[in-house]
Amino acid sequence: MAEARASDLFWRRPRLLLALLLAPPLLWLGIVYLGSLFALLAQSFFSIDEFSGLVTYELTLKTYGELFRASNLDIIVRTILMSAAVTVAAAIVAFPIAYYAARYARGPWKAVFYLGIMLPLWSSYLVKVYSWKLILAKEGILGWIFAKLHLTWLLDAWLALPGVGGKSLSVSWTGTFLVFLYVWLPYMILPVQAALERVPPSMLEASADLGARPGQTLRSVILPLALPGIVAGSIFTFSLTMGDYIIPQIVGTSARMIGQAVYQFQGTAGNIPLAAAFAVVPILVMAVYLTVARRMGAFDAL
Amino acid sequence: MTHRLTFATATAAAALLTAQTAAAQMTELGEGEGAVSIVAWPGYIERGETDPNFDWVTGFEEATGCMVEIKTANTSDEMVALMNEGGFDLVTASGDASLRMIAGDRVQPINTDLIPSWSSVDDRLKDAPWHTVDGVHYGVPYMWGPNVLLYNTEVFGDQAPTSWNVVFEPMDLPDGQPNQGRVQAYDGPIHIADAALYLMTHQPDLGIVSPYELNQEQYDAALDLLRTQRTLVSRYWHDAFIQIDDFKNEGMAASGSWPFQVNLLLADGVPVASTIPEEGVTGWADTTMLHAEAEHPNCAYMWMEHTLSSNLMSDLSVWFGANPAVLAACTDGSGMQTAEGCTANGLDDFDRVRFWTTPVSDCESQNGECVPYYRWVSDYIGVIGGR
Repeated sequence: MAEARASDLFWRRPRLLLALLLAPPLLWLGIVYLGSLFALLAQSFFSIDEFSGLVTYELTLKTYGELFRASNLDIIVRTILMSAAVTVAAAIVAFPIAYYAARYARGPWKAVFYLGIMLPLWSSYLVKVYSWKLILAKEGILGWIFAKLHLTWLLDAWLALPGVGGKSLSVSWTGTFLVFLYVWLPYMILPVQAALERVPPSMLEASADLGARPGQTLRSVILPLALPGIVAGSIFTFSLTMGDYIIPQIVGTSARMIGQAVYQFQGTAGNIPLAAAFAVVPILVMAVYLTVARRMGAFDAL
Repeated sequence: MTHRLTFATATAAAALLTAQTAAAQMTELGEGEGAVSIVAWPGYIERGETDPNFDWVTGFEEATGCMVEIKTANTSDEMVALMNEGGFDLVTASGDASLRMIAGDRVQPINTDLIPSWSSVDDRLKDAPWHTVDGVHYGVPYMWGPNVLLYNTEVFGDQAPTSWNVVFEPMDLPDGQPNQGRVQAYDGPIHIADAALYLMTHQPDLGIVSPYELNQEQYDAALDLLRTQRTLVSRYWHDAFIQIDDFKNEGMAASGSWPFQVNLLLADGVPVASTIPEEGVTGWADTTMLHAEAEHPNCAYMWMEHTLSSNLMSDLSVWFGANPAVLAACTDGSGMQTAEGCTANGLDDFDRVRFWTTPVSDCESQNGECVPYYRWVSDYIGVIGGR
């Protein structure tokens, strides 16, 4: 009886049912996600007292001003450059792999490809990073391969370059970049592959029938149609690189990236306002990034 | 009558309140509560799971009925954060965390009368400033150790480095190669104190009295030294196991380190040794401290008493490569430690060790004009970033 009355009520007022169904996820989103985000934002408008090191609960923009101190600006620029480099490289490496997986791999090969792409995601992130540390070490596998190929001079020449170089790959920005690239690559391949699979073969045939060379087809048919997938993938690689604080700690020059700065300021220094201000930076960068991505049609397929 | 009664009740209530807030110190031990939860450094509290020979928990649980729950923390700051969160009874806090927790009322004073073995504690540690404030004890000493200079014996031959200059100044090492790219430094702001300690010997006119109490000028000099060091260091070490790996695979020649890494490297047959250079060393001293709102204070007191048992101290000092708070543990044969082992861990160098303490602005030696810890953090980040 009660059920019947309830179902009558929901039938007469469909909006009520909708509201009831939406309430839990909305509450979750509102309280847990947005709530913590606003708590973070609020923290960033406080400041730390110069003498006692205690947080002063008065609204101020002083903490944001501190972001523009040279050493902090370095951290931001460094992180954005790294994220951009990783994203571009991931797109370049992922495209042929995704193209092959989407167009040519058939039957068991398709499964092998999926497995090959997904497998790294199954093992622990830390295990992967530590094993890369060994691969890149001065006396590691990569160094050994270069020595066997009599190419040590090439490696040394690269490591002698300012900025990207260092004493060995594992303590250089090149090393950090390679590990980032490896760890986030699946997040680029999968959306690109999905986008490529949606490109109808008839269009490629039409393009060929109209006399386009393969290169032309790639440039003016496949790439534009795959672009939303690339942009979607780049959102993952870009944001994941920006927020990561473990890889640059294990592989690289020890110079901080944003994630590490947040971790250290809130934990070690008790400087929660500055940590919060730092945490707002990726949010802003991603907001800009997502706006651009939307313009490029990354979400059209959603 | 009613009036007087109310007054009396009010006074009693007020007295009770003051008693609760001011002196939360326990006066007598009751029955164990059946559990105790401890925040500890990794490897500090072993129940035989890593190595069956090292177990100082099972016996305690059987004897007291207090089940031990361990939460490990990797940095002092994690420890402070966990204790601020609450829900734990004890913490093995280093000196750079202990005073912060005392100041924040996260830990309560300890009644040493309730710990029968208190008298066996090394006299040098009994009233140590990192757990004693205004004569009140806030914990029971656990372990301490120096931050030694670890070096590769293939690089240095049989000539141990005598000064920290091998990691601070550009120079050629005994094997004829420059030290650039072959030395490491600790990836924590507290490393600024190591630079200050070096300057105490090499630039005495700066007037540094304690490496943890630096005025602006002394602090700037320390940062300058660290900027020079940045040009030599290819990676700062953060995780003990990463440093071990770097000495195996990256051709590292020298670095500040802990006896823990030295012992593990030696166990793996890596040609290294460690030394305490002429400038002295910084070090850590850990204290078992009781949470201000501990749920299991009786079990916690029993654990603190248990930690001082010389056989636990002896085995732990072997396991962790550290020095026990109870001197007898080195010599009485109650565990695996021997007098030679303690000497190797730096037991006799206590006076040459400047123990980690949190730098605060209100310091004694520089008339209250010291650079506080949160600036150490941001400036050290700058130095590592090449600023």
